[in-house]
Amino acid sequence: MKRAGLPPNPDPVLNQPITPGLVRKHGLLQEEFKRIRGHLGRDPTLTELGIFSVMWSEHCSYKNTRPLLKEFPTEKKGAAAGIGRVLVRAGEENAGIIDVGDGWAVAFKIESHNHPSAIEPFEGAATGVGGIIRDIFTMGARPVLVTNSLRFGELESPATRRLLRGVVAGIAHYGNCVGVPNVGGDIYFDRSYEGNPLVNALCLGTLRHEQIRRGKATGLGNPVYYVGAATGRDGLGGASFASRELSAESAADRPAVQKGDPFMEKLLIEACLEMMAVPGLVVGIQDMGAAGLTCSTCETASRGGAGIEIELDRVPQREPGMNSYEIMLSESQERMLVIVHAGREREIEEVFAKWDLHAARVGSVTDTGRMLVRHHGVPVADIPASALTDGAPVYVREASRPAYLDETSRWTPEGAALADLDPAGAQAALPRLLSHPTIASKRWIYRQYDHMVQHGTAVEPGSDAGVVRLRLGGGEKFIAISNDCNGRYCYLNPRRGAMIAMAECLRNLACAGASPLAMTDNLNFGNPYKPESFYQLKECVAGLAEACRFFDVPVVGGNVSLYNESPDGAIDPTPTVSVVGLIEREAHVTRQFAPDAHGRLILLGGAPTELGGSQFLGIIHGKKTGDAPAVDLAAEKRLQDLLLGQIRAGRVRAAHDLSEGGLLVAVCEMLFGPAGLGAAVDLSALPAPRLDALLFGESQGRVVVSVAPADGPAVMAEAKGAGVPADAIGAVTADERLSVRTARASLEWNVAGLRAGWETSIEMAMKRPGLG
Amino acid sequence: MNIAVLQFPGSNCDQDAFHLFGSGLKLPTRFVWHKDTRLGEADLVVLPGGFAYGDYLRCGAIARFSPVMGAVREYAQRGGLVLGICNGFQILCEAGLLPGALIRNSSLEFRCMTCELKVEDAGPAFNPGVLGPRIRLPIGHGEGNFRIDEAGRGKLVANRQVLLRYVDNPNGSLDDIAGVRSEAGNVFGMMPHPDRAFERYHPSCDGLAVARAILAARFPGLIRKIA
Repeated sequence: MKRAGLPPNPDPVLNQPITPGLVRKHGLLQEEFKRIRGHLGRDPTLTELGIFSVMWSEHCSYKNTRPLLKEFPTEKKGAAAGIGRVLVRAGEENAGIIDVGDGWAVAFKIESHNHPSAIEPFEGAATGVGGIIRDIFTMGARPVLVTNSLRFGELESPATRRLLRGVVAGIAHYGNCVGVPNVGGDIYFDRSYEGNPLVNALCLGTLRHEQIRRGKATGLGNPVYYVGAATGRDGLGGASFASRELSAESAADRPAVQKGDPFMEKLLIEACLEMMAVPGLVVGIQDMGAAGLTCSTCETASRGGAGIEIELDRVPQREPGMNSYEIMLSESQERMLVIVHAGREREIEEVFAKWDLHAARVGSVTDTGRMLVRHHGVPVADIPASALTDGAPVYVREASRPAYLDETSRWTPEGAALADLDPAGAQAALPRLLSHPTIASKRWIYRQYDHMVQHGTAVEPGSDAGVVRLRLGGGEKFIAISNDCNGRYCYLNPRRGAMIAMAECLRNLACAGASPLAMTDNLNFGNPYKPESFYQLKECVAGLAEACRFFDVPVVGGNVSLYNESPDGAIDPTPTVSVVGLIEREAHVTRQFAPDAHGRLILLGGAPTELGGSQFLGIIHGKKTGDAPAVDLAAEKRLQDLLLGQIRAGRVRAAHDLSEGGLLVAVCEMLFGPAGLGAAVDLSALPAPRLDALLFGESQGRVVVSVAPADGPAVMAEAKGAGVPADAIGAVTADERLSVRTARASLEWNVAGLRAGWETSIEMAMKRPGLG
Repeated sequence: MNIAVLQFPGSNCDQDAFHLFGSGLKLPTRFVWHKDTRLGEADLVVLPGGFAYGDYLRCGAIARFSPVMGAVREYAQRGGLVLGICNGFQILCEAGLLPGALIRNSSLEFRCMTCELKVEDAGPAFNPGVLGPRIRLPIGHGEGNFRIDEAGRGKLVANRQVLLRYVDNPNGSLDDIAGVRSEAGNVFGMMPHPDRAFERYHPSCDGLAVARAILAARFPGLIRKIA
């Protein structure tokens, strides 16, 4: 068992003995250290300890979540062949790939950059965009859209304004320069995210089936290339403490967060796609993201069932004197590892010379199954590749139901003697809800993002889903995408909240005219070692998995971000869901905005009746309580099928689902397209035990559609046939007034006034000074 | 007819410009790499939008030294048609082929939105009679704030060199200027994107009319055929 140790490292500071303290500082448990010794048959060197610590981190190994993630369906049952078929499954590669027909496919994935963005919002968010774009083009796909899912504290806080300003500027800086349109996203403002914002970035790319590339190292003797930017000491990240101890220099002048270079990324995209288009040249390719050179070498070797050996002297370096620990753990951006067929070295080198990028041959594929790293010719790490990937520990954490749920789940407005709204209260509530940053227009954000580059954007940000035209050879198809997760619901009922996130995401796609293809998720939670946090995670995953199976929407990849804790405790559980949908014909692309005053409004799904977890309770009454709204997946499916059928029959002029703020907010948002519209709404025939719940409750599975007057009867009849409640609630008008009649109140607002508050709320808040 | 679209490292609207002319107007269109020193036979040279060389120094300041720019200068001096869109406009200003300069937006933020534009009388091909008094085109830039000295400003007006003005100024440009042409009338530059306004689902299809009007500055007969 005992193997001979490696020779001394060329850098003497790396030859210090491995003490329990050093192991602890690497975030590894003693039992994990024993496991490392078992894999190696000896003590690790310090370089090897660093390599294990990053590869066995939650980020790379999913050691606390892997058993949970197995619950997700990874195949689409109804698509053994053809559109919707999963071509690359979750966990196999850097991103999943789905067949969209005619020999074409889409690759997509979401990933978090929460902690870097909390420390340095601009670079943290920028490199989050850069990283997810690399995950997509490494699969052989051309990136055609990005979206973002963001969570911040309340905008009253100067610290939150500073974070928001930095994150938005960082996303804009990177995405605008790279030239991938940012077509949508979602954002919530809630105290639970104060100090711990969430920054999740998604990218989607297109490719032909035969262009799919894998992160595999195979073929004894095939050369291994390092391409892109040079390696620096930046982004030693989680391991930065070690570099402090190891180096005479102060770590204080090294950025803990990586710095992105979107121009370099743009060149890398073009050069890599050009290289991958050369027939038969590339064996495997993987980006260097988290854990950089370490992760890309051991993962490609492990996937290929091969070994890799590299010489660090050949790695392009930004500064002199870097040691093996620093080079292996650097998270410098815009770098890729490429394995090509032996004898074709000149072809890859010519492509990268054209783009003025490094292409350095750093090593070759072996048949040893080991990752062998040399520095100045001396072996500094020699590890079985699979020990770093499949050999990582897996834990099942303890879960216990948080005590607060006893109180919140029992809360009812009657039990709490919450007075219902009177007409004056309802009159005042609507503008307050519309101007709350969570509900208000996100124009201040998306006008800073280039959302039109590549000239494919068919539905711009601000509608229920972003829609992009894909140019597929001679033909075209439209892709719709929506991000959703109401963390408030997940806090109040984790399982149901996650199901709602999925149901709402699919509803948003249906409103855009799209059938769902597949889902990617970003699980943002607190510390998994706290049983209450782990309970939330476990329940949310169970809810998502159930909804995915019910709707037959497979999960093709995603990301887990744990330890999201603010000074007041964990964030609201936030399992962000993003589903990609397909629209076959341009005529079916549907927006939430009523195009003109020629429309009848029909509410599908029935009158809202619930108040629990609503923005109304939060904004007007200052409460985050009650149970999350009920979810009925079968009813949801009937609604969405009906809606898609009516859109394809050409009867729907606009469609918008009820979400935060409820029915009246939804109607207003439909009127905020072309100026000058109003609506006459009559709800007096609807059952309404409470006025507040009818107007502002967030019961699920509801959509308002605007249809031509002549089509109204047909839509009502189709709804009846499909078993979907449908109520004619009024008409779009040309008078810029919103009038609402209920059994108990007659209300009226000026639409221009409502719109002004909704449109400028975030902009006005951001004019106030932020810290720093 | 032969349209040449330049590709600088960091150009990211090269495909958009290509498709405006190639798919939108169905004209023979090709790319020219920035390291090329010759343009070949071209009837219009387009400098597309993007972030040439990352625009880290100053927009267009490095791109103007690209090998291909020598050929562009010579081509323009011979009277050849040149169009710079967004970053292309910035490069043409840096190269001295168009007057003025483009600095950071007054908001200090990038702006992506659709703008209403007033069409100016800039000659027989480009005027309200050809394009209508108002058109709508998207913008997407962080440095589109047009500046010029007093003398230059006077010359722009006297020679009818202003092509377009913003109705609701999004970037602080002097006199709301969104696009200009050279004194000789063969070099055009504009911050708005005609290459984002030619598909059915775009905010407008006014990009097609703008592209035709620019070609008409040199080929009035030919344009009627593709109109």
